[in-house]
Amino acid sequence: MGFFENFQSALYQALIQDDRYLLYVNGIIKTIEISLLAIIIGIAIGLVIAVCKVASSNNKHLKWLNIICNLYITIIRGTPVMVQLLIIYNLIFTSRNTNEVVVGAICFGINSGAYVAEIIRAGIESIDIGQMEAGRCLGLNYIKTMRYIIIPQAIKNILPALGNEFIVLIKETSVAGMIAVTELTKAAQLVGNMSYRILPPLFIAAVCYLIMVLGLTKLLNVMERRLAQSDRG
Amino acid sequence: MIEVKNLQKSFGDHVVLNGIDQKIEKGEKVVVIGPSGSGKSTFLRCLNRLEEPTGGEIWFEGNNITDPSCSIDKLRQKMGMVFQQFNLFPHLTVMQNLTLAPTKLGLMNQGEADKKAKELLERVGLPEKADTYPNMLSGGQKQRIAIARALVMNPDVMLFDEPTSALDPEMVGEVLSLMKELAMEGMTMVVVTHEMGFAKEVATRVLFIDEGKVKEENNPVDFFEHPENPRLQEFLSKVL
Repeated sequence: MGFFENFQSALYQALIQDDRYLLYVNGIIKTIEISLLAIIIGIAIGLVIAVCKVASSNNKHLKWLNIICNLYITIIRGTPVMVQLLIIYNLIFTSRNTNEVVVGAICFGINSGAYVAEIIRAGIESIDIGQMEAGRCLGLNYIKTMRYIIIPQAIKNILPALGNEFIVLIKETSVAGMIAVTELTKAAQLVGNMSYRILPPLFIAAVCYLIMVLGLTKLLNVMERRLAQSDRG
Repeated sequence: MIEVKNLQKSFGDHVVLNGIDQKIEKGEKVVVIGPSGSGKSTFLRCLNRLEEPTGGEIWFEGNNITDPSCSIDKLRQKMGMVFQQFNLFPHLTVMQNLTLAPTKLGLMNQGEADKKAKELLERVGLPEKADTYPNMLSGGQKQRIAIARALVMNPDVMLFDEPTSALDPEMVGEVLSLMKELAMEGMTMVVVTHEMGFAKEVATRVLFIDEGKVKEENNPVDFFEHPENPRLQEFLSKVL
């Protein structure tokens, strides 16, 4: 059998036979669902933690808040995501009808939140103190000044770092197979087991990840360009 | 309108303000001068509690603003502030810079705020800049927009912290003339500045702050013609 026929049959077995492409499609959907949900949870947690840390750093009465935030960040960053995933899955979500996609998303969200918090904190601290003063002088309170003046500028500065974090997150969801989610990587493994050829499905999965990451990169570039609008001149 | 009683401020061991007593009446234009590091900017920034005083009291329109339980955000709405570094919001257009605070504070709806902002842009002579971003403006234009942004809130007093110190010399005039117009309309103003000409022309009272204390205060004529404090005499001989 020549190389071309070999390649063709491998592709046929990995994709077409018994409608196996559906497995990838479902896997991609699960991967995207988990990633998207996790990104949203991660941003929400990261934003709250970052603002708490910045607010508590120059306020003696809020020292306890700073300690809690640091504890969270230290624990999450200091342990592997796979261990966190298994702990959350086994310890907290032991009831029968857990939706694995949601469990995965919450776990990856909590994990990502620690990294996003540090990114956002760096972004907030990169904004000139005069911006906060100007906002407060107009009578806006701390939260409103953060929301309308500081955070929008911070997001613009940290978009590349934030994009990086989301790319890592998409790829990290590949360990969600550990908690019985048939995401993309798990789907590729399943196809490999069915066809007794493990490599072709893995290559297909790799290409799918690459396309998803490229799509996200493109999206972030568009956002960056749009936010750079006020830099002209 | 503003009453300062024995105001003190120190950063760690470093004493910046060492007991300042002042009473600023409605319609007064008080100009504060002094050598750099004398505490004049800190004094101004204490007036709206941008710096937290370490001692003494400040009363504004019958409210003790140094009381931690006072609603400082509410009181700040009535105290406009203009900074040396402008501090315009770079991610918003000029128009949005002006309308952000009144709309987000629920004082005006967007329509009212836009109308008011347009009037003020007209008044500071920059109506055509409504949709541009601050980074595209010159320093003088930025400072005029910053003044307009403070005026949108209909403040009872305007605080100026060296408003012309970061400007190219050719742009100082446009900002000062706008401030003069404001003064003539009866706005209460407290101005920290190095512009002695402005002090002579506009001030109703001039304060000389040095070493954290008001060393001399007088009407501008006597202040500049017959200074009594030796430190002030020395200071004036250097800057005039």
